Amino acid sequence: MCLSQSVMNYFPEEVLEHVFDFVTSHRDRNAVSLVCKSWYNVEKFSREKVFIGNCYAVNPERLIARFPRLRSLSLKGKPHFADFNLMPHDWGGHVYPWIEAMSKSRINLEELRLKRMVVSDESLELLAKSFPNFKSLVLVTCEGYTTDGLAAIASNCKFLRELDLQENEVDDRKGHWLSCFPESCTSLVSLNFSCLKGEVNVAALERLVARCRNLRSLRLNHAVPLEVLQKILVHAPQLNDLGTGSFTHDPNSETYVKLKNAMKNCHSIRSFSGFLDVNGRCLPAVYPICASLTALNLSYAPGIFSNELAKLIRHCKKIERLWILDTIGDKGLGVVANTCKELQELRVFPSDPYGVGNAAVTEEGLVAISAGCPKLNSILYFCQQMTNAALITVAKNCPNFIRFRLCTLNPIVPDAATNQPLDEGFGAIVQSCKGLTRLSVSGLLTDQVFLYIGMYAERLEMLSIAFAGDSDKGMLYVLNGCKKLKKLEIRDSPFGNMALLSDMGKYETMRSLWMSSCQVTLGACKTLAEKMPRLNVEIISENEGGAGEGEASLDDRDRVEKMYLYRTLVGPRTDAPDFVRTL
Amino acid sequence: METSVATELRLGLPGRDESEAKITSVSNKRSSSEMDDSCDPQQESVAPAQKAQVVGWPPVRSYRKNILQKKAESSSDGSAMFVKVSMDGAPYLRKIDLKFYMNYLDLLKALQNMFKCTIGVYSEREGYDGSEFAPTYEDKDGDWMLVGDVPWEMFVTSCKRMRIMKGSEARGLGCL
Repeated sequence: MCLSQSVMNYFPEEVLEHVFDFVTSHRDRNAVSLVCKSWYNVEKFSREKVFIGNCYAVNPERLIARFPRLRSLSLKGKPHFADFNLMPHDWGGHVYPWIEAMSKSRINLEELRLKRMVVSDESLELLAKSFPNFKSLVLVTCEGYTTDGLAAIASNCKFLRELDLQENEVDDRKGHWLSCFPESCTSLVSLNFSCLKGEVNVAALERLVARCRNLRSLRLNHAVPLEVLQKILVHAPQLNDLGTGSFTHDPNSETYVKLKNAMKNCHSIRSFSGFLDVNGRCLPAVYPICASLTALNLSYAPGIFSNELAKLIRHCKKIERLWILDTIGDKGLGVVANTCKELQELRVFPSDPYGVGNAAVTEEGLVAISAGCPKLNSILYFCQQMTNAALITVAKNCPNFIRFRLCTLNPIVPDAATNQPLDEGFGAIVQSCKGLTRLSVSGLLTDQVFLYIGMYAERLEMLSIAFAGDSDKGMLYVLNGCKKLKKLEIRDSPFGNMALLSDMGKYETMRSLWMSSCQVTLGACKTLAEKMPRLNVEIISENEGGAGEGEASLDDRDRVEKMYLYRTLVGPRTDAPDFVRTL
Repeated sequence: METSVATELRLGLPGRDESEAKITSVSNKRSSSEMDDSCDPQQESVAPAQKAQVVGWPPVRSYRKNILQKKAESSSDGSAMFVKVSMDGAPYLRKIDLKFYMNYLDLLKALQNMFKCTIGVYSEREGYDGSEFAPTYEDKDGDWMLVGDVPWEMFVTSCKRMRIMKGSEARGLGCL
């Protein structure tokens, strides 16, 4: 080590910097900066892309001090379980302070990617006005802004290339944000407004598409009718990625015929989504592009029947990523298994999330897919029932899973054939899939499944547990066994203080731990917070009437309803609302 | 000091009364036949016994839930999607989704195909006079009407079931 260090020091910094240019993954760059002081400094001043997995682990000032040449920032806010209403509104995750700090320090920000953060119109306005070279805004599962904020972005970001809004909650102000893109804007490469609820100015949209010759990705919202889609496709046959808006029209009409012809001309479409409002009779228009599709998302279209889906999928031989609803049925999954030999990622969502019981996929569909699709490595599967035998077969067929998420609609349903817990099935998965990095378990599960996970899931980074286990032993197996664990989220499981406190140092090696409706008490959380100053241990109360009031009645021996802890360099956050108490 | 009750293995959801949350193990009923594949919002949704409504389960983002809920609502707001169609002399009924068709022509073509019959052309004066069969429907008020009299959209929202009558019988309706 010493020898190579002194050898490397003969190189001027420019050379080191040039070498580091080839090191792109943030993990690798983090590693590079740990080698020695000089590498740390060169890396520090040359790093342009930074990823922060938990926005409260660090603060804007430290970020800017460390990486002054920052150009691209990715930030994540709320923890994953916040997606499922387990986190009260207003918990936090505001982006404004970050934008404000970067604006003041004249960071040359070009890209901002946010996930699960609260974005206000003020933030968007400040963003739009502060960074003259701003090029790319990607917001995933964010909220807090309106179309006025989008108007600010459209009006001010002269070199905007990408505006990608995925599943955001946006207030529609009936303004014409799309019309705010000036006539001089021709730089757009990617535009996704599929989650917006309101109308857009379709004439402005058509003109925008026509003048942005580099546009590759376009995802429309449901308010854009088929007639407009047809015109857009005529302007932009070069698209790689298309998300339709409404897809319903009289299949005997001239418009529909024009659409079919326009589609035939789109030779570059590889990714297709949308069908936000669809009539099955219109699907054949899409057949010409199916043969070259690698990604298909039909998961927002409950109105397509299983046989129509099957017909469509039979054309899609090159699909690598398929997102679909369980209306496809086991039979439909059989068609996928026979047709889609390149399939790598499959997500089957429930069409009936309120669980009134019309779900249509079982373990049969999953087994068929595992047998038919040798390249499968990532799955999210919502199903009515599961068996150990099926999971064991799947494990044998697909040893290459990196992500395996199974969700039974009844969270504690046992093996449908034997009535046993599903421990053996998941055990087979972790034993077979040596590269597994993400796992979600469900169904009836005892401590045994966690024994298997701790024993075999060596590369596991994220684990989601709900209604599982019998005792602290379960959680202990996981904490002791999974060396690479970064995120652990647990709800409604009987894990308590003993498990929580057994290896407190472990939490500094992880990004975060979520425990809700478990057995941990306030006293144990206080102990943990005291012993580990570099963790924020947040107790989140249900009633937003202020943790102060609730506190009087909450005794050290009382169970804590929701606890979220995470490692941090900057101590308790200053923007915590009343109902969040950092111990 | 943990209470031991909460950690014992049982089929109920932790933290709930046993009587309240006994989740019966799901039956082995599978939707295997093609006929069951399509969603049928007309069917009364019989909630399976004691399906406890758990917050945040299944774990689906609100965004997605809202989309599906909106779709479910818009399709069951009085608009009759699936309707039974009987034909005089046929051994069993069929079910069709009115939303699938764009106009009367579309619908009649499909019916003729499905039942292998000729329905002929509609005229305001004569109805389907002269044809072998005439399509009729029962509307929201329970009256039997001739298909074709009202605008298509109105027909779709008011039709509860259909009956393809023999031409000879239908003449009675047509010449009122």
